[in-house]
Parts: sequence; structure tokens; C-alpha cells
Amino acid sequence: MTAEANPNTITINGSEFTFQPGETILEVARHNAIDIPTLCHLKAADPTGACRVCLVEVQGARSLVASCAMPAAPRMVVHTESPKVVTARRLVIQLLLASGNHNCLVQGSDGRSFEEYAARLQHAGGGIEPCPVWGDCRLQELAWRYGLTGGRFSPTPVRYPLEDVNPFIVRDFARCILCGRCVQACNEVQVNQAIHFGYRGAKSKIIAAGDRPYRDSDCVFCGECVQACPVGALVEKDARGKVWPRDVQKTVRTTCTYCGVGCQTQLHIKDNGVVKITGVQEVAPNYGSLCVKGRFGFDFIGSSERLKTPLIREKDRFREATWEEALDRVARRLGEIKAADGPDSIAVLTSARITNEENYIAQKFTRAVLQTNNIDHCARL
Amino acid sequence: MAGLAAAFGSGAMTNTIGDIEQSDVILIAGSNTTENHPVIATVVKRAVHLKGKTLIVVDPRRIKISDFAHTWLRPHLGTDVAWINGMLHVIIAENLHSKEFVESRTTGFEALKQAVARYTPEYVEAITGIPARDLTEAARLFAGAERGSILYCMGITQHTTGTDNVKSLANLAMLCGNLGIAGGGVNPLRGQNNVQGACDMGGLPDVFSGYQKVADPQARARMQAAWNVDRLPEKPGLKVTDMLPAAHDGTLKAMYIIGENPLVSDPDLNHAEKSLGHLEFLVVQDIFMTETAAKADVVLPSACYAEKDGTFSNTERRVQRVRKAVEPPGDAREDWKIICAIAGRMGYPMPYADSREIMDELRRVTPSYAGISYERIEHEGIHWPCPNEEHPGTPILHREQFTIGRGIFHAIDWVPPAERTDVDFPLYLTTGRVLYQYHTGTMTMKTGGLNEIAPECFVEISAFDAKANGVQEGHLVTIASRRGSIQARIRVSPKAVAGTVFLPFHYAQAAANRLTSDALDPVCGIPEFKVCAVKLQRAA
Repeated sequence: MTAEANPNTITINGSEFTFQPGETILEVARHNAIDIPTLCHLKAADPTGACRVCLVEVQGARSLVASCAMPAAPRMVVHTESPKVVTARRLVIQLLLASGNHNCLVQGSDGRSFEEYAARLQHAGGGIEPCPVWGDCRLQELAWRYGLTGGRFSPTPVRYPLEDVNPFIVRDFARCILCGRCVQACNEVQVNQAIHFGYRGAKSKIIAAGDRPYRDSDCVFCGECVQACPVGALVEKDARGKVWPRDVQKTVRTTCTYCGVGCQTQLHIKDNGVVKITGVQEVAPNYGSLCVKGRFGFDFIGSSERLKTPLIREKDRFREATWEEALDRVARRLGEIKAADGPDSIAVLTSARITNEENYIAQKFTRAVLQTNNIDHCARL
Repeated sequence: MAGLAAAFGSGAMTNTIGDIEQSDVILIAGSNTTENHPVIATVVKRAVHLKGKTLIVVDPRRIKISDFAHTWLRPHLGTDVAWINGMLHVIIAENLHSKEFVESRTTGFEALKQAVARYTPEYVEAITGIPARDLTEAARLFAGAERGSILYCMGITQHTTGTDNVKSLANLAMLCGNLGIAGGGVNPLRGQNNVQGACDMGGLPDVFSGYQKVADPQARARMQAAWNVDRLPEKPGLKVTDMLPAAHDGTLKAMYIIGENPLVSDPDLNHAEKSLGHLEFLVVQDIFMTETAAKADVVLPSACYAEKDGTFSNTERRVQRVRKAVEPPGDAREDWKIICAIAGRMGYPMPYADSREIMDELRRVTPSYAGISYERIEHEGIHWPCPNEEHPGTPILHREQFTIGRGIFHAIDWVPPAERTDVDFPLYLTTGRVLYQYHTGTMTMKTGGLNEIAPECFVEISAFDAKANGVQEGHLVTIASRRGSIQARIRVSPKAVAGTVFLPFHYAQAAANRLTSDALDPVCGIPEFKVCAVKLQRAA
């Protein structure tokens, strides 16, 4: 389709694309695999244009515009990586790097090695803790992409102490760049309305309930803010400083095991253990959102209390048994009772917690092998 | 689910979760959504807060989601049929119903009209305590919506009249023409991750997978051929709520319990405990030594969801993948492997290489799942029914017609709950969950942080009742019903309404189900967890 035939055409970096009225420049670019970097942009929420990282040059416009908020217009000509754009974007990123404690680029290092980073920190002394999200930080990624090493501006002073008087989330205000993603996640995605921008100017802070700890606010620990945080300001307490992003050996997508919503989750695995759970973005039914149980309630998986071996009762106590012995015992006793008292003297309670495949096997076993329809589960309970 | 099956022919959420944002008016009844289905609650809150949609909440407690509601109706416990009939009355009396839908898609309207004739808002107010004006306004709001969605949960179903309650909600949706459209529907929110799947797969006493009746000779013949057996039993089996009484009276000799903990979740626990004790043989297969497993003769350790492959079906009938992420501990095995091993020892080999092979077999014998392969749901799940691999799945049920042809209006009269308050037991008790714990706590109580926030049982009470009973926040009290007593700490809360207290049922140490009644819904056998009469006094 040519520009004459369809007025809704835009040119980005020399290529023409059509757009739907109402789409932003950023959306058109993304649909066409053009990567405009963003930081504060949160897909499910209204664009705020706050961080300015997504600046682009629009021919004829007096200044650079935030592509996340600017609607595409007919015959617009856009450049996403022109010298003017890159200069401005580098400045924006350098300012963000000076917003608090972003020591990933300590002493001018742009090294990609965590070991080198940790060594430099140690060398610097002063007991500075390494950034808990080193290697999984949007700001660090942008600094690398634009060849920045920090240090152009002196960092703003750390005004507010770290808050971690709750079991799940650490709020490190020293690493907060005030991008507002967490505020949008809380108010526009989860609508828990627990956190907001507080104070003004240089004293700005993300606050909960008149600047109180999360625990004393409306926060329900869904962790949407943690997932939205592009830096190390909001981090899972369990993992912080213990499991580094680079330690995660694999992630596995699965379906949450709690309620019937069936949220799509990503399990982060280290040494055969789940160390973190995140929501899978951009896919139904939850589009990245989770609740406190789904995000933080996974300790049961690796619990030392898990049953690890078959057990057979001996009077008042259990003894460990092999699978051979336990399975033989079950098969024999069920067979005896079926023969003596008939199939309907046996019942199976299958489970709303096991898979479809397993429920199918349970009903097949009950009906075809035990020869009874005495099978149910606790849906009613 | 029997209620929806009777009205529509299919007992599942008619619409999708995403659909809720397209509703103009959302009616939530008996669902503490923000605590039990938090992610669905976010969808509702977005619809209301950001898109200006209208929310009506009907619940005996002033739950969080009611903060978002345009109107919160507070019925007395066990009066659901009455308020729903009241709304039906107003809608018919004011001629607000969808005549075209009623005419072309349903039967039984005249009988319904007669049945609800006496449910004037004033009459309903006398039963439910909902002010006549509020009920009238809610009825007008709901009927006036182009797209109205109903969400409900255990607050509707866990009653002796649970089936009637659900049929009444189905009446309301049909009367307003809200079925078969995006943003409409009658949507039961399922409480456990794979309740829907357990039902779909025939984990029920009267149906094979895909709701094929065991009493139907043709269905049996098909399954006999597929499973290569000479005969299959035709008589429907025992419901879970019939199993324990059968164990108690000795007709049931053995039980094989997989991943369920009836010794915390069952009604009238004192009785349940004795009943299991009467069994000759009890096998429990679970991931932890639950209260139920502790009573077993043989305990079999199974793999949890993160340790196996397979599928779950969520509350909106979406079949989604479960993938193995870690190895199970010790000798623990996948549940299917254990069952198959027992089957083999009983002379019926069930050799499957993996879960995919089971899925391929179950698709062949389950028409609603026929088109759902692992390949197709690799990225995003598919809603059943999905009869073949070219079929896109069915997000919205009953589009052109109902599964049973025409939808059936049920004329229903309100009957009081099985137990009512009196001089000796003057307070109503209702039970439920809290956000930070899940069901019997087997899983959530292994996470320190969840216990830190929700460590122990509590009894939620209104400031008025606390004062009347001479108790204060944090006091340890004894709560007694006709069946038993437990102790818990007082939590004075604005969620509670005078006359009714609430207990979470998660905690085995103070199991709410030592108090609850085992009176059952006569149709589907669900217990009346949501209503019983109690008294309360400060513990010595």
C-alpha cells in the first residue's frame, strides 16, 4: 500500500509503515521490529513520558519527542537513532545514572564481568554492597548499549534509608530513579492504590500510605512493583544478595498451582531449586500479574518436610519402605478388599491439585481396574 | 456446578477472565475476589476504576472489593435465593427484561414469573435485610446494562441451597439476555488450580472424562473399547461427602486419597476423623505428611507441580501447560506413574512413556479436548470445547444456542439455611480464606513470610458484637457450635457486620470445620460451610 492510498503512513528510519489511528510512535516501531529503548514505559498503563529515554526526532518538530506518548500522525518522518537523538539519550541516561547509588559502573568500569565488578567494589572498600540486580537491570543495559560509564554527574545524595520490615520486598531508595513504573503497576495494573509519588523536587520519594512501610499500608505484596522496577530499587527479599541474576541457570514457564485463575509464571531455577517466580508478560490470563502466593509462596517445593520415600504403618508409627514393597502392599490390599467386599467397597479421592493427565489416569484406574465409580475430588469443599 | 448444568447444559464459566473488562455492569456475589482470586480482582478493579464500569457486590461481609462497588448489598447468611428472586421480580415488574432473548432462547419464563411474583423488594427486605430501595436500584442497574457479567464463588455454592442459588443466578443472566455475548455470562470462579480439570477428566462419580455419563450404555461401550476392558460399572459412585459416612457405617472398606486433605477441609471434622478410622485400608499419596496422611496405612510420596509435565485447566476452561522445572525430592514420583504402577500390579498394565502420551489418549476419548495438543498450547492455552485441531477453542459458551438447546428458567422458592441462630447459639458463623494462606495450608504454611503475615486463626467480629460479648482485639476466645469448639483470637474488623462472625478455615490447630455443619445440598452434595450458629466467650 502506498502513502497516497493510505494516509495513515509513517516513515521511521527511512522505511514506511502503516499505523492504526491512536497508535504511538513507539507502538508502530515495536510492531515493525524497530527497537526504541524505553525505561519508564509500562505496557498496560498510560504513557507518562517521564524518563525521556525513548526520545526520537520528528522532522519539523521543534524539539525531540517522547515516542511512548506521541501518537503517530500521517506522513510523519521519524529518526530513532540520529546523532541528535543519541546525544540527548546519552545525557538522559547519564543523569539517571547519577540518580542515587548505581555502582555497577564503579570507577568508570564498563566491564561485563561480575567478578571484575565485585573485585573493584572490594578494592574501593567501605563495605559497599554489590547491586542485587547486576546483570538484570534496564539502566545498566542502556548504559552498556550507549557506551556510558557513569561519573559524568556526581550522584545525588541518598536521602532515605532502605525499608525491609516485611517478609517479601526490599525497598532500596538509594537505587530508585523515580521512573514511576511501580506507581503505575500498583495503581493502573493491580489497582491496589498502595504507593504514590510523595514529597517534591529533590526530596521526591515513592511512598506508601503517607510514607510508611509497605506492611502498614494497603500493600498486599502482589509484587507487581518488583516486577515493574527496572533497577535494583525493589527486589525480592528472599533472593536479594543471595541469588544473583547470573546464578539463575534456567527459567521454566508453567502454570501457577494455587487458585483457579491459572496464571502463567516463570520459575527461576538454581541448583534444582526454585529461587524466584515472575509473571509471564503479554500472555493470558494474567499478562504478567501475580498475587502474593503465586509470586512468593514457593518455599513448599524445596521444603525439607517433603515426603521423600514411601511409608508403611507399623502399629502407631511409620517406617520407610521401598517403592516395590509399598506398591505391592497397596495392590495386594486393594485386590483383597475388592475380592472380599466387592469393587464398591473401595473409593478414590482424586485431586484438584494434580494434572489433567493424572486425573484421567486416576479415573481410568478407578473404573477400569477397581471397577467402581467411587471417584470424586474436593471441588465441593 | 449442577446448577449451571441444569440451566444451560454445561457447568463451567461461560465467559473468559479477559471478558470481564468488556462488561458494563459486573455483579459479584459470594466471592471475596481480592483475597481468593486476586488476579481476577485486578481485572474487575481496572474495569471499574479505569474504565468507569459499574460494580455491584453482594456479600455478607464488607470485603475489600466492595470498596470499588457502586453498591454493596448485604444479605443475611443463606438468603441468596430471596435477593435474586427480588431482583428478578423488579426486572419483570418494571418490564426491563430482554424479551427477545427470553422468547427465542429460553423456556420456563411463565413459571418463573409466577414464582417471583411475591418477592417484592419489601418482602425480600424482611428476609435478607437488604433495603428495598437498594435492591430495586441494583436490579435496575443490572438489567439496564447492555453487557452484564455475574461472578460468583463459594459464598453462593457452599449452602444447602447451593444448587438453587446458582440456578437463580442463571435465571438473572438469562432474563437480561446476558449469555453468549462478550462481557456477559455466569462465571463461577474455581478455587483450586485444577478443579475444572479434575471435573473435565472424569474425577467425578457419575461421568467419564468430557462429562460422558457412566449410566449411558453408548458412553460405556466407547470407553470399554478404548480401555480394552470387558465391562465398566454403570451405577454412579459415591460423592466425596457420601464417602466418609459410608466409611463410618462400614460399607466402604478402603480409600485411596490423592493430594487431598479432607481432615482439614471436610465439614464436621470430628465426625470425619472417626470415619476414616473405620476404614480397613487407607492409602494417601501426597507431597507432605498432611493430617489425613498421618492416618494412612501406606503413604506414597508424590512430585509437586514444579516437578512434572502436564496440563491444568483454569477457571475459564483454558487448558494450559505445566512444565517440569526441578527434580522431585528423594524417591518422590509423579502421581500418574504411581497409579499406573499399582494398576500394573493389579493385572492391568498402563504403560505410558510420558504425560504427552496420556494427553494423546485422553484427547481421543474426550470430545471437548480433542483438538488440544501440547503443540497448540505451547505459547497460549486454549478454551474447551475444542473438537478438532483446526478449531480455535471456545472462549464464550452458548453463543447461538445453549448446550441443551434452550436455556431453562427454574422457578425457585427461598428456603432458610439448615441451621439458624437461637438463644444458645446467637451468632452466625461463615467461613472462607485469607489472601496469605491457601486451603488447608499444606503449601502456604511452608513459606515463612506468609506465616509471618497470617500466622494463626482469628475470628473476625464487628465492633458491636465485640462489645456485646465483652471481648477486645487480641483476646483469645472459645467459639462453639452444636458440633464442637475451637479457640482463636479476636480481630475486630469493619469487614464484619453485626450478628455474623467469620473464621478462615486454613488452620488445622483451630480448624473452623470442627464447628461447621455437615448439612448438604441435596443435589450436588456440597456442605453448608457458609452458615452455622455459634456462641463465643472469652477463653479462661
